[in-house]
Amino acid sequence: MLSLERRAVDSRAMQWASPLLALVLTIITGMGIFMALGKDPVEGLTFFFLTPLSDKHGWAELGLKMAPLLLCAAGLTICYRAKLWNIGAEGHFLMGALWASVVALQLGGQSGPWVLPLVLIAGMVAGAVWALLAGLLKTQFHCNEILTTIMLNYIALNLLLYAVHGPLKDPYGFGFPQSEMFAASALLPKLIPETRLHIGLLFGLLAAVAVGVLFARTFIGFQLKVLGQDERAAAFAGFPAKRLTLLAFILAGGLAGLAGASEVTGPLGQLVPQVSPGYGYTAIIVVFLGRMQAVGIVLAAALLALTFMGGEMLQIAMALPKAITGLFQGLLLFYLLTCDAFIHYRIRIRRAPKAVAGEA
Amino acid sequence: MDSVLITNVLAATVVAGTPLLLVALGELVCERSGVLNLGQEGMMLMGAVIGFIAATSTGSLSMGVLAAMLGGVLMAMLFALMAITLAANQYAAGLALTIFGIGLSSFVGAGFVGQSIDGFDKIAIPLLSDIPVIGQVLFNQDLLVYGSLLIFALVFCFLKYSRGGLILRAVGESPEAANANGLKVLPVRYMAVAFGGAMAGLAGAYLSLAYTPMWTENMTAGRGWIALALVVFATWKPERVLLGAYLFGAASILHLVLQGLGWNSSTELLAMLPYVVTIIVLVLLSWNPARTRLNTPLSIGQPYRPSK
Amino acid sequence: MATAERLKLEHIVKEYPGCRANDGVQLTVNAGEIHALLGENGAGKSTLMKIIYGVIQPDAGSITWNGHPLTLQGPAHARELGIGMVFQHFSLFETLTVAENIALSLPADQARDRRKLEARISEVSEHYGMALDPRRYVNTLSIGERQRVEIVRCLIQESSLLILDEPTSVLTPQEVETLFRTLRQLSHEGCSILFISHKLQEVRDLCHRATVLRQGRVTGECNPAEVSTDDIARMMVGNETPLSTRVEPRAPGEVLLDVSHLNYRTSDPFGTSLQDLCMSLRSGEIVGIAGVAGNGQDELLRALSGEALVSNDSIALSGVAIGQAKPSLRRRLGVAVVPEERLGRGAVPSMSLVDNSLLTAYGEGMVSKGWVALNKVRDYASRIVDAFGVRTASIDSHATSLSGGNLQKFIIGREAMQQPKLLVASHPTWGVDVGSAVAIHEALVRLRDEGAAVLLISEDLDELFQLCGRMGAICAGRLSPLVNTSDLTIEQLGQWMAGDFPSAAPSEVSHAVA
Repeated sequence: MLSLERRAVDSRAMQWASPLLALVLTIITGMGIFMALGKDPVEGLTFFFLTPLSDKHGWAELGLKMAPLLLCAAGLTICYRAKLWNIGAEGHFLMGALWASVVALQLGGQSGPWVLPLVLIAGMVAGAVWALLAGLLKTQFHCNEILTTIMLNYIALNLLLYAVHGPLKDPYGFGFPQSEMFAASALLPKLIPETRLHIGLLFGLLAAVAVGVLFARTFIGFQLKVLGQDERAAAFAGFPAKRLTLLAFILAGGLAGLAGASEVTGPLGQLVPQVSPGYGYTAIIVVFLGRMQAVGIVLAAALLALTFMGGEMLQIAMALPKAITGLFQGLLLFYLLTCDAFIHYRIRIRRAPKAVAGEA
Repeated sequence: MDSVLITNVLAATVVAGTPLLLVALGELVCERSGVLNLGQEGMMLMGAVIGFIAATSTGSLSMGVLAAMLGGVLMAMLFALMAITLAANQYAAGLALTIFGIGLSSFVGAGFVGQSIDGFDKIAIPLLSDIPVIGQVLFNQDLLVYGSLLIFALVFCFLKYSRGGLILRAVGESPEAANANGLKVLPVRYMAVAFGGAMAGLAGAYLSLAYTPMWTENMTAGRGWIALALVVFATWKPERVLLGAYLFGAASILHLVLQGLGWNSSTELLAMLPYVVTIIVLVLLSWNPARTRLNTPLSIGQPYRPSK
Repeated sequence: MATAERLKLEHIVKEYPGCRANDGVQLTVNAGEIHALLGENGAGKSTLMKIIYGVIQPDAGSITWNGHPLTLQGPAHARELGIGMVFQHFSLFETLTVAENIALSLPADQARDRRKLEARISEVSEHYGMALDPRRYVNTLSIGERQRVEIVRCLIQESSLLILDEPTSVLTPQEVETLFRTLRQLSHEGCSILFISHKLQEVRDLCHRATVLRQGRVTGECNPAEVSTDDIARMMVGNETPLSTRVEPRAPGEVLLDVSHLNYRTSDPFGTSLQDLCMSLRSGEIVGIAGVAGNGQDELLRALSGEALVSNDSIALSGVAIGQAKPSLRRRLGVAVVPEERLGRGAVPSMSLVDNSLLTAYGEGMVSKGWVALNKVRDYASRIVDAFGVRTASIDSHATSLSGGNLQKFIIGREAMQQPKLLVASHPTWGVDVGSAVAIHEALVRLRDEGAAVLLISEDLDELFQLCGRMGAICAGRLSPLVNTSDLTIEQLGQWMAGDFPSAAPSEVSHAVA
């Protein structure tokens, strides 16, 4: 009989093998899905994982999609290390995009080097305030942060929809719910000319490194870790749990807000209802897959950025629903959690106890 | 407001509250066993899409409902495998279930978007439906509304009077003590999670077969999450789930009422109402942690593995 | 007394990753016999008991019940055979009533008629002199009453073997007497009792026979009444380990800690509020507080550590009011604390000893401008390990990988090396092996000799009598007078533990100090 047995020591190898194993299982399942749909699995996988990266343009798009994922994931890492289950990156992102757009449109034709920083800061502040709200609900009113952040996501989405249908709607936009295009002074500089890749990617990489340093070297990072692993020990040591909680939320919100601001000032250049294809939710998978470590997050962000591109590619090339992206992401997270069980447990084949005589 | 409007609003409240009632009852049983399943949204979506597909392809609404419940149970079993057998973090496993359910339901349902179906009709119960106001509100509804009330009564009695309910509560309070008493913790939790899945599937089917008889991506619009808040609101008591479901139902149709009264506000702003109400309710309920602690099933969220 | 063998275990082996908890254990319990299973913490008593109760399966070995060999399928099977168990940490459901708790352990058909069951509970509990109201909710019962529920539950199932795991560790001396009367009555009626303990005097008073375990093996069998406690102790711990001896009190110095009219209302529905606590501690003395668990010990510790804030004037350290000071400030002023829970409060289980050093010793120059000086932290951790004889693979090992005794030595060392003026320690040797307990006691005495005041909160009366110059008891959030240990009898202390003392007026306390 198979049974699970707790390992004496957590397996370090499994800690890093688990994401790879999960990816392999996802790919195998993916092939099964292609076959079930009567498509050639090898062709399908090629379209999903390889074709999007066949030229410079493709790599630039990958970086473009990594940027918001990295920023959101870096912020969420701070929260999750402290066991604060912030699911609100999507909402922080949307608020960042919304308020960056408000400021960008208000400043209208102004030119000058201060316009863009102001717009980005507006996004960060908006994201941080939105996250702080959930943080305060937790520290002051003991509200479960999962539920409040989810609700705040829905509220943020509706606020954004209200803005593009109402006050921010482009009067010359043929009735489409979207804002005017921003002025050039409010747009992020390109990283590689003739592609859409902008310096938002650098923000993301910087954020990942900063979070790595935070937890490896600083006392605040240490306190956050203790808070996450053992709330009572944190209280015993006298760490300020409320302030640390609020700080984690503010940082997560600021980074996701910056992601939203970078999205509207980068590839979009205006506010549209579909400003996020779910970056804030996908970032949750990035954090888990990337083991809450800087390098891991960068790799995981690249992989999940690719799933967005792969989904679009399959839609074009094989007429499959774009929702296959969400399916792959869900499968990946699923397999990851399953494989993660074997960090703490191992499978053991049990025999019946020997030398125990007879009847029951 | 005249009585016709009041009757219509109340009847619509019951309809809007029914999916919340169903999914929250399932989650309540699940949480009473000590398992927190954050995957309600994912299970509901799967229920909605499977129910819709089964109903359109067989032409039978009851087949749709059955298939939806089965789909919900299958999803719940995936969760149970991770959170109970593999003792994974329940938060993460539930989130994974929701993300997976959103992706899978969109994928499976992609070919069915835009189709419509003849949903459940209202059935007036003779005599009872002739009672003024109440008759129309409670006794002129579709079959699933009646079903939800029956399920409520069963869950209420099960928890309060049956030995099974006693065992469920015991397992939820202390799996260690339950194991020492010879109760089978893991099977009890599996059954509770499965029931939660069936209820979420049924709630999903209610959306796609009765409430708005069609399938659209993410059509649950956060109802699975609101149900989780509802269970906290109800302090894990079924009778308060019933009350809460209709209160939240009322909040979610408030914008229709306001528009009916001639308010001319933006749809998007009014659509935020249920979410805002949820947060306000959470604040009012959670702010005394001692009270919450007294009511919360003590072992909730903690994976349990019996030692061997 | 009948001599039929009721239970016989042979060659029982049970292995866990990294340790062999039972290694060829032999044990025979006769009908009507009170049989002691002795051994220090970690000797394998709990494992053996769980095997007898069917909670876990042995890897090898045989179990014979009333002459029939069998395999136990689980606790339900054990109960059906007539094996009943009273757990150390009770296996009761707090939110259910006494009757509901008992119903859960009975077969469905016996539990169906609730009224009949309630009558039976009352009848059995009265017969054995343990009054119980079947309709009370368990969370309203005292610890002693909860133990009665467990015993009555076994008796209703007509157990012919009753296993009690450290049953006296949670009781006052008077409650222990009552329990022993019940057990002797049961034994006369033919019920066998397996009495698990590490308290030798009790075993000598109560038991007919004793089996001693050490490191998973049987190291001796004896009639405890005929052997000296020192001989039994040697069987338990081996020859190498020194046994603790009584510590002579010293003349204390200036008043260091002054607690006056300390009130603290807990927000925890299962907690105990503190009422009007008064005491003062002088430098260079160890003061003990006895009490049954859950009578406000944890709240007192939290009020002193700063985890709970109280009225500022109610706690003064060297004349400075600190009732409102946060833990970090109190630490800077010289307060060190060793909480009851080693893992999950005193140390973070999943963190290394290095990180766990930083946890409370961050004031020792380990942090500058927000950056952690890793080499200093590592150095501090190594010094604790060396100075306090902490046995660990490395300072990078997780706290969970250490045995209870070694982790406790580490925590005491971490606090002691910060050279505190006041050390508050709660149950510092609970669940610790004898060797470590001796080392911990030495560390406390050393701190005292260096001029610190030590407040020792413990359930272990032997430990308190051994170490403290003065002591008292806490009950229901109230504190008895603190008197010189030499003037205190165990009967007096037992009455205090049960709450039988005049409310501590400040005059009495100062009288006791003087």
